[in-house]
Amino acid sequence: MKQRLMTVVNALAVFAGLLVLWQLVLWVFKVPSFMLPSPLAVARAVVRRYPSLLNSLAITAEESAGGLIASTVIGVVIALIFAQSRWVRKMFYPYTLLLQTVPIIAIAPLILMWVGAGEPAVTLIAFIISLAPIIANTTQGLISVEENLVDLFLMQNATRGQVLFKLRLPSAVPSLFVGIRIASGIAVIGAITGELYAGSSRVGEGGLGYSILYASSQLQTDYLFALVLAATVLGFSFFFVVMFLEWYFLHRWHESARTVEAR
Amino acid sequence: MSDALTVPQIEFDCVAKRYGNGDAVLDAINLIVPKREFIGIIGPSGCGKSTILKLISGLTSPTSGTIRVEGMTPKNAREIISYVFQDATLLPWRTVRDNVGLSLEIEGVAKDKREKEIATQLELVGLKHVAEAYPRELSGGMKMRVSIARALTTNPQLLLMDEPFAALDEMSRDRLNEEILRLRAEQGWTAVFVTHSVTEAVFLSDRIVVLAPNPGRIHADFPVELPSPRTPAMRTAPEFDAIVARVSHALRETITQ
Repeated sequence: MKQRLMTVVNALAVFAGLLVLWQLVLWVFKVPSFMLPSPLAVARAVVRRYPSLLNSLAITAEESAGGLIASTVIGVVIALIFAQSRWVRKMFYPYTLLLQTVPIIAIAPLILMWVGAGEPAVTLIAFIISLAPIIANTTQGLISVEENLVDLFLMQNATRGQVLFKLRLPSAVPSLFVGIRIASGIAVIGAITGELYAGSSRVGEGGLGYSILYASSQLQTDYLFALVLAATVLGFSFFFVVMFLEWYFLHRWHESARTVEAR
Repeated sequence: MSDALTVPQIEFDCVAKRYGNGDAVLDAINLIVPKREFIGIIGPSGCGKSTILKLISGLTSPTSGTIRVEGMTPKNAREIISYVFQDATLLPWRTVRDNVGLSLEIEGVAKDKREKEIATQLELVGLKHVAEAYPRELSGGMKMRVSIARALTTNPQLLLMDEPFAALDEMSRDRLNEEILRLRAEQGWTAVFVTHSVTEAVFLSDRIVVLAPNPGRIHADFPVELPSPRTPAMRTAPEFDAIVARVSHALRETITQ
Protein backbone atom coordinates (compact mmCIF):
# COMPACT_ATOMS: atom_id res chain seq x y z
CA MET A 1 0.00 0.00 0.00
CA LYS A 2 2.79 2.40 0.99
CA GLN A 3 4.64 1.51 -2.21
CA ARG A 4 1.56 2.26 -4.25
CA LEU A 5 1.22 5.65 -2.57
CA MET A 6 4.83 6.46 -3.40
CA THR A 7 4.22 5.59 -7.05
CA VAL A 8 1.30 8.03 -7.14
CA VAL A 9 3.31 10.77 -5.41
CA ASN A 10 6.21 10.31 -7.82
CA ALA A 11 3.93 10.48 -10.85
CA LEU A 12 2.32 13.67 -9.53
CA ALA A 13 5.73 15.22 -8.89
CA VAL A 14 6.76 14.55 -12.50
CA PHE A 15 3.48 16.09 -13.67
CA ALA A 16 4.01 19.23 -11.58
CA GLY A 17 7.57 19.52 -12.86
CA LEU A 18 6.36 19.35 -16.46
CA LEU A 19 3.81 22.10 -15.80
CA VAL A 20 6.49 24.36 -14.33
CA LEU A 21 8.78 23.67 -17.29
CA TRP A 22 5.93 24.42 -19.68
CA GLN A 23 5.24 27.81 -18.01
CA LEU A 24 8.97 28.66 -17.94
CA VAL A 25 9.32 27.97 -21.68
CA LEU A 26 6.43 30.36 -22.34
CA TRP A 27 8.02 33.13 -20.24
CA VAL A 28 11.55 32.75 -21.56
CA PHE A 29 10.76 32.39 -25.27
CA LYS A 30 7.64 34.59 -25.27
CA VAL A 31 5.54 32.10 -27.26
CA PRO A 32 2.24 33.58 -28.47
CA SER A 33 -0.77 31.99 -26.74
CA PHE A 34 -2.42 30.78 -29.96
CA MET A 35 0.66 28.63 -30.58
CA LEU A 36 1.02 27.31 -27.05
CA PRO A 37 -1.33 28.42 -24.29
CA SER A 38 -0.16 28.45 -20.68
CA PRO A 39 -1.22 25.63 -18.35
CA LEU A 40 -3.33 28.17 -16.51
CA ALA A 41 -5.12 29.17 -19.72
CA VAL A 42 -5.88 25.52 -20.42
CA ALA A 43 -7.25 25.11 -16.90
CA ARG A 44 -9.39 28.22 -17.41
CA ALA A 45 -10.68 26.81 -20.70
CA VAL A 46 -11.62 23.60 -18.93
CA VAL A 47 -13.58 25.49 -16.27
CA ARG A 48 -15.20 27.98 -18.64
CA ARG A 49 -16.31 25.46 -21.26
CA TYR A 50 -16.94 22.64 -18.86
CA PRO A 51 -20.44 21.72 -20.16
CA SER A 52 -19.47 21.47 -23.83
CA LEU A 53 -16.22 19.67 -22.97
CA LEU A 54 -18.12 17.12 -20.92
CA ASN A 55 -20.67 16.78 -23.69
CA SER A 56 -17.94 16.03 -26.27
CA LEU A 57 -16.33 13.57 -23.88
CA ALA A 58 -19.64 11.80 -23.31
CA ILE A 59 -20.32 11.52 -27.04
CA THR A 60 -16.89 10.03 -27.78
CA ALA A 61 -17.10 7.72 -24.75
CA GLU A 62 -20.44 6.45 -25.95
CA GLU A 63 -19.19 5.83 -29.48
CA SER A 64 -16.01 4.07 -28.36
CA ALA A 65 -17.85 1.96 -25.79
CA GLY A 66 -20.54 1.07 -28.32
CA GLY A 67 -17.90 0.09 -30.86
CA LEU A 68 -15.91 -1.93 -28.32
CA ILE A 69 -18.92 -3.81 -26.94
CA ALA A 70 -20.11 -4.61 -30.45
CA SER A 71 -16.66 -5.83 -31.52
CA THR A 72 -16.38 -7.96 -28.37
CA VAL A 73 -19.75 -9.65 -28.85
CA ILE A 74 -19.42 -10.13 -32.60
CA GLY A 75 -15.71 -10.98 -32.34
CA VAL A 76 -16.44 -13.78 -29.86
CA VAL A 77 -19.23 -15.15 -32.05
CA ILE A 78 -16.91 -15.16 -35.08
CA ALA A 79 -14.14 -16.81 -33.02
CA LEU A 80 -16.58 -19.52 -31.88
CA ILE A 81 -17.36 -20.23 -35.55
CA PHE A 82 -13.65 -20.20 -36.43
CA ALA A 83 -12.94 -22.69 -33.65
CA GLN A 84 -15.25 -25.25 -35.25
CA SER A 85 -12.90 -26.35 -37.99
CA ARG A 86 -9.48 -25.75 -39.45
CA TRP A 87 -11.15 -25.54 -42.82
CA VAL A 88 -13.37 -22.58 -41.85
CA ARG A 89 -10.36 -20.87 -40.27
CA LYS A 90 -8.18 -21.26 -43.35
CA MET A 91 -10.94 -19.86 -45.52
CA PHE A 92 -11.91 -16.80 -43.50
CA TYR A 93 -8.91 -15.94 -41.32
CA PRO A 94 -7.10 -13.91 -44.03
CA TYR A 95 -10.06 -11.53 -44.07
CA THR A 96 -9.60 -10.64 -40.42
CA LEU A 97 -6.06 -9.61 -41.35
CA LEU A 98 -7.61 -7.41 -44.00
CA LEU A 99 -9.71 -5.85 -41.26
CA GLN A 100 -6.59 -5.10 -39.30
CA THR A 101 -4.63 -3.61 -42.17
CA VAL A 102 -7.33 -1.50 -43.84
CA PRO A 103 -6.43 2.15 -43.14
CA ILE A 104 -9.35 3.61 -41.22
CA ILE A 105 -8.64 7.04 -42.72
CA ALA A 106 -9.32 5.53 -46.13
CA ILE A 107 -12.64 3.92 -45.31
CA ALA A 108 -14.02 6.71 -43.13
CA PRO A 109 -15.26 8.75 -46.11
CA LEU A 110 -16.96 5.63 -47.48
CA ILE A 111 -18.77 4.99 -44.22
CA LEU A 112 -19.74 8.64 -44.11
CA MET A 113 -21.24 8.17 -47.54
CA TRP A 114 -23.14 5.02 -46.57
CA VAL A 115 -24.32 5.82 -43.07
CA GLY A 116 -24.25 9.62 -43.02
CA ALA A 117 -22.42 11.80 -40.54
CA GLY A 118 -23.02 11.40 -36.83
CA GLU A 119 -22.61 9.02 -33.95
CA PRO A 120 -23.72 5.80 -35.71
CA ALA A 121 -21.03 6.27 -38.37
CA VAL A 122 -18.34 6.86 -35.73
CA THR A 123 -19.49 3.90 -33.66
CA LEU A 124 -19.27 1.75 -36.79
CA ILE A 125 -15.70 2.95 -37.40
CA ALA A 126 -14.71 2.18 -33.79
CA PHE A 127 -16.29 -1.25 -34.19
CA ILE A 128 -14.50 -2.10 -37.46
CA ILE A 129 -11.11 -0.99 -36.23
CA SER A 130 -11.30 -2.89 -32.91
CA LEU A 131 -12.73 -6.17 -34.24
CA ALA A 132 -9.57 -7.90 -35.51
CA PRO A 133 -7.64 -8.23 -32.20
CA ILE A 134 -10.72 -9.73 -30.52
CA ILE A 135 -11.19 -12.34 -33.24
CA ALA A 136 -7.48 -13.20 -33.41
CA ASN A 137 -6.91 -13.58 -29.67
CA THR A 138 -10.15 -15.38 -28.86
CA THR A 139 -9.71 -17.85 -31.73
CA GLN A 140 -6.18 -18.60 -30.55
CA GLY A 141 -7.49 -19.20 -27.02
CA LEU A 142 -10.30 -21.45 -28.22
CA ILE A 143 -8.11 -23.73 -30.32
CA SER A 144 -5.09 -24.01 -28.02
CA VAL A 145 -6.60 -26.28 -25.40
CA GLU A 146 -4.53 -29.07 -23.86
CA GLU A 147 -5.13 -32.35 -25.69
CA ASN A 148 -5.54 -34.35 -22.48
CA LEU A 149 -8.40 -32.07 -21.43
CA VAL A 150 -10.18 -32.71 -24.71
CA ASP A 151 -9.60 -36.46 -24.21
CA LEU A 152 -11.06 -36.16 -20.72
CA PHE A 153 -14.25 -34.74 -22.20
CA LEU A 154 -14.30 -37.37 -24.96
CA MET A 155 -14.05 -40.12 -22.34
CA GLN A 156 -17.37 -38.89 -20.93
CA ASN A 157 -18.84 -38.92 -24.44
CA ALA A 158 -19.23 -35.13 -24.23
CA THR A 159 -21.11 -33.39 -27.02
CA ARG A 160 -19.47 -30.78 -29.26
CA GLY A 161 -21.41 -28.09 -27.43
CA GLN A 162 -20.17 -29.28 -24.04
CA VAL A 163 -16.55 -29.24 -25.22
CA LEU A 164 -17.07 -25.74 -26.62
CA PHE A 165 -18.87 -24.14 -23.69
CA LYS A 166 -17.50 -26.07 -20.71
CA LEU A 167 -13.89 -26.35 -21.94
CA ARG A 168 -12.85 -24.16 -24.85
CA LEU A 169 -14.72 -20.95 -24.06
CA PRO A 170 -13.74 -20.68 -20.37
CA SER A 171 -10.11 -21.48 -21.17
CA ALA A 172 -10.14 -18.75 -23.84
CA VAL A 173 -11.29 -16.01 -21.45
CA PRO A 174 -7.72 -14.86 -20.58
CA SER A 175 -6.91 -14.57 -24.31
CA LEU A 176 -10.22 -12.79 -24.89
CA PHE A 177 -9.17 -10.16 -22.33
CA VAL A 178 -5.82 -9.68 -24.04
CA GLY A 179 -7.86 -8.96 -27.16
CA ILE A 180 -10.22 -6.56 -25.38
CA ARG A 181 -7.30 -4.70 -23.82
CA ILE A 182 -5.75 -4.08 -27.25
CA ALA A 183 -9.15 -3.32 -28.77
CA SER A 184 -10.10 -0.80 -26.07
CA GLY A 185 -7.19 1.48 -26.97
CA ILE A 186 -7.87 1.14 -30.68
CA ALA A 187 -11.61 1.79 -30.25
CA VAL A 188 -11.00 5.18 -28.61
CA ILE A 189 -8.44 6.18 -31.25
CA GLY A 190 -10.83 4.91 -33.95
CA ALA A 191 -13.72 6.96 -32.56
CA ILE A 192 -11.68 10.16 -32.38
CA THR A 193 -10.24 9.62 -35.87
CA GLY A 194 -13.71 8.81 -37.14
CA GLU A 195 -15.03 12.04 -35.68
CA LEU A 196 -12.51 14.02 -37.68
CA TYR A 197 -14.44 12.87 -40.75
CA ALA A 198 -17.89 11.93 -39.67
CA GLY A 199 -18.07 13.56 -36.28
CA SER A 200 -21.23 15.58 -36.23
CA SER A 201 -24.46 16.17 -38.03
CA ARG A 202 -24.81 19.53 -36.23
CA VAL A 203 -22.32 22.39 -36.62
CA GLY A 204 -20.34 23.18 -33.45
CA GLU A 205 -21.52 20.14 -31.52
CA GLY A 206 -19.83 16.76 -31.58
CA GLY A 207 -17.36 14.39 -29.94
CA LEU A 208 -13.75 15.11 -29.03
CA GLY A 209 -12.35 14.55 -32.51
CA TYR A 210 -14.88 16.83 -34.11
CA SER A 211 -14.38 19.52 -31.43
CA ILE A 212 -10.59 19.34 -31.78
CA LEU A 213 -10.94 20.03 -35.48
CA TYR A 214 -13.41 22.86 -34.79
CA ALA A 215 -11.28 24.43 -32.03
CA SER A 216 -8.17 24.40 -34.22
CA SER A 217 -10.03 26.08 -37.07
CA GLN A 218 -11.10 28.84 -34.64
CA LEU A 219 -7.54 29.10 -33.18
CA GLN A 220 -8.96 28.28 -29.72
CA THR A 221 -5.69 26.61 -28.78
CA ASP A 222 -6.39 26.59 -25.04
CA TYR A 223 -9.64 24.69 -25.57
CA LEU A 224 -7.91 22.37 -28.04
CA PHE A 225 -5.47 21.44 -25.30
CA ALA A 226 -8.34 20.84 -22.92
CA LEU A 227 -9.91 18.51 -25.50
CA VAL A 228 -6.67 16.58 -25.97
CA LEU A 229 -6.46 16.24 -22.21
CA ALA A 230 -10.02 14.86 -22.14
CA ALA A 231 -9.16 12.37 -24.91
CA THR A 232 -6.22 11.13 -22.86
CA VAL A 233 -8.38 10.75 -19.78
CA LEU A 234 -10.89 8.79 -21.85
CA GLY A 235 -8.22 6.41 -23.17
CA PHE A 236 -6.93 5.84 -19.65
CA SER A 237 -10.40 5.20 -18.24
CA PHE A 238 -11.10 2.58 -20.88
CA PHE A 239 -7.84 0.87 -20.08
CA PHE A 240 -8.58 0.82 -16.36
CA VAL A 241 -12.16 -0.40 -16.76
CA VAL A 242 -10.93 -3.30 -18.90
CA MET A 243 -8.12 -4.06 -16.41
CA PHE A 244 -10.66 -4.11 -13.59
CA LEU A 245 -13.01 -6.41 -15.48
CA GLU A 246 -10.10 -8.72 -16.29
CA TRP A 247 -9.08 -8.82 -12.65
CA TYR A 248 -12.67 -9.36 -11.56
CA PHE A 249 -13.23 -12.35 -13.81
CA LEU A 250 -9.82 -13.99 -13.58
CA HIS A 251 -8.19 -13.27 -10.21
CA ARG A 252 -9.63 -16.32 -8.50
CA TRP A 253 -8.08 -18.84 -10.85
CA HIS A 254 -5.70 -17.33 -13.38
CA GLU A 255 -2.02 -16.69 -12.74
CA SER A 256 -1.74 -13.51 -14.84
CA ALA A 257 -4.54 -11.79 -12.95
CA ARG A 258 -2.99 -12.71 -9.64
CA THR A 259 0.36 -11.13 -10.47
CA VAL A 260 -1.42 -7.92 -11.50
CA GLU A 261 -3.12 -7.94 -8.12
CA ALA A 262 0.09 -8.59 -6.24
CA ARG A 263 2.12 -5.82 -7.82
CA MET B 1 -19.60 -63.74 -10.12
CA SER B 2 -19.84 -66.46 -12.75
CA ASP B 3 -19.89 -63.65 -15.27
CA ALA B 4 -16.59 -62.42 -13.87
CA LEU B 5 -15.02 -65.74 -14.70
CA THR B 6 -16.24 -65.98 -18.27
CA VAL B 7 -15.98 -62.48 -19.81
CA PRO B 8 -12.56 -60.91 -19.32
CA GLN B 9 -12.44 -57.20 -18.63
CA ILE B 10 -10.01 -56.47 -21.44
CA GLU B 11 -9.06 -58.57 -24.42
CA PHE B 12 -6.39 -57.65 -27.01
CA ASP B 13 -6.33 -59.96 -29.99
CA CYS B 14 -3.25 -59.53 -32.14
CA VAL B 15 -3.40 -55.74 -31.93
CA ALA B 16 -1.03 -53.53 -33.92
CA LYS B 17 -0.93 -49.77 -34.01
CA ARG B 18 0.94 -47.36 -36.23
CA TYR B 19 0.39 -43.61 -36.64
CA GLY B 20 0.19 -42.61 -40.29
CA ASN B 21 2.87 -44.34 -42.35
CA GLY B 22 5.37 -44.42 -39.48
CA ASP B 23 6.86 -47.44 -37.76
CA ALA B 24 4.59 -49.64 -35.68
CA VAL B 25 4.13 -48.33 -32.14
CA LEU B 26 2.67 -51.63 -31.02
CA ASP B 27 2.85 -54.98 -32.73
CA ALA B 28 1.09 -58.31 -32.19
CA ILE B 29 -0.23 -57.55 -28.72
CA ASN B 30 -2.22 -60.37 -27.18
CA LEU B 31 -3.40 -59.62 -23.70
CA ILE B 32 -6.22 -60.76 -21.47
CA VAL B 33 -7.00 -58.90 -18.27
CA PRO B 34 -9.48 -60.67 -15.98
CA LYS B 35 -11.96 -58.70 -13.92
CA ARG B 36 -10.69 -57.14 -10.71
CA GLU B 37 -7.07 -57.58 -11.66
CA PHE B 38 -4.57 -54.78 -11.04
CA ILE B 39 -2.17 -54.91 -13.94
CA GLY B 40 0.99 -52.84 -14.10
CA ILE B 41 2.49 -51.98 -17.48
CA ILE B 42 6.13 -51.01 -17.52
CA GLY B 43 8.70 -50.48 -20.24
CA PRO B 44 11.30 -48.10 -21.62
CA SER B 45 10.30 -44.85 -23.30
CA GLY B 46 8.67 -45.25 -26.70
CA CYS B 47 7.40 -48.77 -26.14
CA GLY B 48 3.74 -47.72 -26.50
CA LYS B 49 2.65 -47.94 -22.86
CA SER B 50 0.35 -44.92 -23.10
CA THR B 51 -0.90 -46.07 -26.49
CA ILE B 52 -2.26 -49.22 -24.85
CA LEU B 53 -4.42 -47.07 -22.57
CA LYS B 54 -5.55 -44.91 -25.49
CA LEU B 55 -6.57 -48.07 -27.32
CA ILE B 56 -8.49 -49.49 -24.35
CA SER B 57 -10.37 -46.21 -23.99
CA GLY B 58 -11.05 -45.87 -27.70
CA LEU B 59 -9.29 -42.49 -27.87
CA THR B 60 -7.36 -44.06 -30.72
CA SER B 61 -8.16 -47.11 -32.87
CA PRO B 62 -5.94 -50.09 -33.62
CA THR B 63 -4.44 -50.39 -37.11
CA SER B 64 -5.20 -54.12 -37.02
CA GLY B 65 -6.52 -56.67 -34.56
CA THR B 66 -9.47 -56.31 -32.19
CA ILE B 67 -9.95 -54.95 -28.70
CA ARG B 68 -12.87 -55.86 -26.47
CA VAL B 69 -13.67 -54.26 -23.16
CA GLU B 70 -16.20 -56.30 -21.24
CA GLY B 71 -17.19 -57.81 -24.58
CA MET B 72 -17.86 -54.37 -26.10
CA THR B 73 -15.92 -52.09 -28.44
CA PRO B 74 -13.80 -49.59 -26.49
CA LYS B 75 -15.99 -46.64 -27.47
CA ASN B 76 -19.14 -48.38 -26.30
CA ALA B 77 -17.42 -49.35 -23.07
CA ARG B 78 -16.52 -45.78 -22.12
CA GLU B 79 -19.35 -45.62 -19.62
CA ILE B 80 -17.61 -48.15 -17.38
CA ILE B 81 -14.11 -46.73 -17.89
CA SER B 82 -12.41 -43.86 -16.09
CA TYR B 83 -9.11 -42.39 -17.21
CA VAL B 84 -6.53 -40.75 -14.95
CA PHE B 85 -4.04 -38.78 -17.01
CA GLN B 86 -0.37 -38.12 -16.39
CA ASP B 87 -1.09 -34.56 -15.30
CA ALA B 88 -4.12 -33.85 -13.14
CA THR B 89 -6.07 -32.30 -16.08
CA LEU B 90 -8.12 -30.07 -13.80
CA LEU B 91 -10.04 -27.08 -15.15
CA PRO B 92 -8.32 -24.11 -13.45
CA TRP B 93 -11.49 -21.97 -13.41
CA ARG B 94 -13.42 -24.54 -11.42
CA THR B 95 -13.15 -25.17 -7.70
CA VAL B 96 -12.11 -28.60 -6.43
CA ARG B 97 -15.79 -29.42 -5.87
CA ASP B 98 -16.79 -28.47 -9.42
CA ASN B 99 -13.80 -30.29 -10.89
CA VAL B 100 -14.75 -33.49 -9.11
CA GLY B 101 -18.32 -33.07 -10.39
CA LEU B 102 -17.27 -32.49 -14.00
CA SER B 103 -17.68 -36.04 -15.29
CA LEU B 104 -21.14 -36.40 -13.78
CA GLU B 105 -22.09 -32.96 -15.07
CA ILE B 106 -21.14 -33.96 -18.62
CA GLU B 107 -23.17 -37.13 -18.22
CA GLY B 108 -26.16 -34.99 -17.24
CA VAL B 109 -26.58 -36.31 -13.70
CA ALA B 110 -28.99 -34.16 -11.63
CA LYS B 111 -27.42 -31.60 -9.33
CA ASP B 112 -28.48 -33.00 -5.95
CA LYS B 113 -27.34 -36.49 -6.87
CA ARG B 114 -24.08 -35.03 -8.12
CA GLU B 115 -23.49 -33.09 -4.90
CA LYS B 116 -23.93 -36.27 -2.89
CA GLU B 117 -21.44 -38.22 -4.99
CA ILE B 118 -18.92 -35.34 -4.89
CA ALA B 119 -19.14 -35.20 -1.09
CA THR B 120 -18.56 -38.96 -0.86
CA GLN B 121 -15.51 -38.89 -3.12
CA LEU B 122 -13.98 -35.82 -1.46
CA GLU B 123 -14.32 -37.57 1.87
CA LEU B 124 -12.69 -40.72 0.45
CA VAL B 125 -9.60 -38.94 -0.85
CA GLY B 126 -9.42 -36.63 2.17
CA LEU B 127 -10.02 -33.34 0.38
CA LYS B 128 -13.21 -32.13 2.06
CA HIS B 129 -11.38 -29.18 3.61
CA VAL B 130 -10.30 -27.76 0.24
CA ALA B 131 -13.58 -28.29 -1.64
CA GLU B 132 -13.89 -24.57 -2.43
CA ALA B 133 -10.22 -24.04 -3.36
CA TYR B 134 -9.01 -23.52 -6.91
CA PRO B 135 -6.47 -25.94 -8.46
CA ARG B 136 -3.64 -23.40 -8.44
CA GLU B 137 -3.83 -23.32 -4.63
CA LEU B 138 -3.16 -27.09 -4.36
CA SER B 139 0.06 -29.11 -4.25
CA GLY B 140 0.83 -31.63 -6.99
CA GLY B 141 -0.27 -34.54 -4.79
CA MET B 142 -3.58 -32.88 -3.93
CA LYS B 143 -4.27 -32.14 -7.59
CA MET B 144 -3.79 -35.83 -8.40
CA ARG B 145 -6.20 -36.72 -5.59
CA VAL B 146 -8.81 -34.43 -7.13
CA SER B 147 -8.21 -36.12 -10.48
CA ILE B 148 -8.66 -39.56 -8.91
CA ALA B 149 -11.80 -38.45 -7.05
CA ARG B 150 -13.25 -37.20 -10.34
CA ALA B 151 -12.44 -40.52 -12.01
CA LEU B 152 -14.23 -42.44 -9.26
CA THR B 153 -17.46 -40.39 -9.29
CA THR B 154 -18.77 -42.31 -12.29
CA ASN B 155 -18.42 -45.57 -10.39
CA PRO B 156 -16.09 -47.16 -12.97
CA GLN B 157 -15.47 -50.88 -13.39
CA LEU B 158 -12.18 -50.18 -15.10
CA LEU B 159 -9.66 -47.52 -14.14
CA LEU B 160 -6.90 -46.58 -16.58
CA MET B 161 -3.97 -44.70 -15.07
CA ASP B 162 -1.20 -43.21 -17.17
CA GLU B 163 1.82 -42.54 -14.94
CA PRO B 164 -0.38 -40.56 -12.59
CA PHE B 165 2.29 -40.01 -9.94
CA ALA B 166 5.34 -39.51 -12.17
CA ALA B 167 5.63 -35.82 -11.30
CA LEU B 168 5.34 -36.29 -7.53
CA ASP B 169 8.03 -36.59 -4.89
CA GLU B 170 8.62 -40.10 -3.52
CA MET B 171 6.78 -39.58 -0.24
CA SER B 172 3.60 -38.30 -1.88
CA ARG B 173 3.87 -41.06 -4.43
CA ASP B 174 4.12 -43.78 -1.78
CA ARG B 175 1.17 -42.35 0.13
CA LEU B 176 -0.98 -42.14 -2.99
CA ASN B 177 -0.02 -45.69 -3.92
CA GLU B 178 -1.36 -46.88 -0.59
CA GLU B 179 -4.53 -44.84 -1.09
CA ILE B 180 -5.08 -46.28 -4.54
CA LEU B 181 -4.91 -49.80 -3.12
CA ARG B 182 -7.32 -48.89 -0.31
CA LEU B 183 -9.85 -47.37 -2.74
CA ARG B 184 -9.55 -50.36 -5.01
CA ALA B 185 -10.09 -52.78 -2.11
CA GLU B 186 -13.28 -50.87 -1.22
CA GLN B 187 -14.61 -50.47 -4.76
CA GLY B 188 -13.20 -53.47 -6.60
CA TRP B 189 -12.48 -51.97 -10.02
CA THR B 190 -10.07 -53.46 -12.51
CA ALA B 191 -6.96 -51.32 -13.03
CA VAL B 192 -4.42 -50.83 -15.78
CA PHE B 193 -1.56 -48.81 -14.39
CA VAL B 194 1.23 -47.49 -16.61
CA THR B 195 4.44 -46.47 -14.86
CA HIS B 196 8.17 -45.94 -15.20
CA SER B 197 8.83 -46.98 -11.64
CA VAL B 198 9.59 -50.64 -10.94
CA THR B 199 8.92 -50.40 -7.20
CA GLU B 200 5.61 -48.67 -7.79
CA ALA B 201 4.56 -51.33 -10.29
CA VAL B 202 5.51 -54.16 -7.93
CA PHE B 203 3.82 -52.57 -4.92
CA LEU B 204 0.51 -51.97 -6.72
CA SER B 205 0.10 -54.78 -9.20
CA ASP B 206 -1.23 -58.34 -9.15
CA ARG B 207 0.57 -58.84 -12.43
CA ILE B 208 3.21 -56.97 -14.37
CA VAL B 209 3.58 -56.76 -18.12
CA VAL B 210 6.98 -55.63 -19.39
CA LEU B 211 6.98 -54.07 -22.84
CA ALA B 212 9.91 -53.92 -25.25
CA PRO B 213 10.27 -51.05 -27.73
CA ASN B 214 10.60 -50.77 -31.54
CA PRO B 215 8.00 -52.00 -32.12
CA GLY B 216 6.19 -52.12 -28.78
CA ARG B 217 5.52 -55.74 -27.84
CA ILE B 218 5.07 -57.85 -24.75
CA HIS B 219 8.46 -59.00 -23.48
CA ALA B 220 7.49 -60.57 -20.17
CA ASP B 221 4.28 -61.12 -18.24
CA PHE B 222 4.38 -62.44 -14.71
CA PRO B 223 2.30 -62.43 -11.53
CA VAL B 224 3.37 -60.51 -8.45
CA GLU B 225 3.18 -63.07 -5.70
CA LEU B 226 2.87 -60.83 -2.70
CA PRO B 227 0.13 -61.17 -0.08
CA SER B 228 -2.92 -58.90 -0.19
CA PRO B 229 -3.61 -56.40 1.20
CA ARG B 230 -0.23 -54.81 0.63
CA THR B 231 1.22 -52.86 3.52
CA PRO B 232 3.92 -50.16 3.49
CA ALA B 233 6.19 -52.54 5.45
CA MET B 234 6.22 -54.89 2.46
CA ARG B 235 8.35 -52.43 0.54
CA THR B 236 11.37 -53.53 2.57
CA ALA B 237 10.61 -57.27 2.58
CA PRO B 238 13.04 -59.65 0.80
CA GLU B 239 10.23 -61.12 -1.38
CA PHE B 240 9.48 -57.59 -2.60
CA ASP B 241 13.12 -57.01 -3.50
CA ALA B 242 13.23 -60.34 -5.33
CA ILE B 243 10.33 -59.35 -7.57
CA VAL B 244 11.78 -55.87 -8.13
CA ALA B 245 15.05 -57.53 -9.20
CA ARG B 246 13.17 -59.79 -11.59
CA VAL B 247 11.27 -56.90 -13.21
CA SER B 248 14.41 -54.77 -13.42
CA HIS B 249 16.23 -57.65 -15.10
CA ALA B 250 13.41 -58.06 -17.66
CA LEU B 251 13.50 -54.31 -18.30
CA ARG B 252 17.25 -54.39 -18.94
CA GLU B 253 16.77 -57.22 -21.43
CA THR B 254 14.34 -55.09 -23.46
CA ILE B 255 17.04 -52.45 -23.91
CA THR B 256 20.10 -54.65 -24.54
CA GLN B 257 18.34 -57.03 -26.91
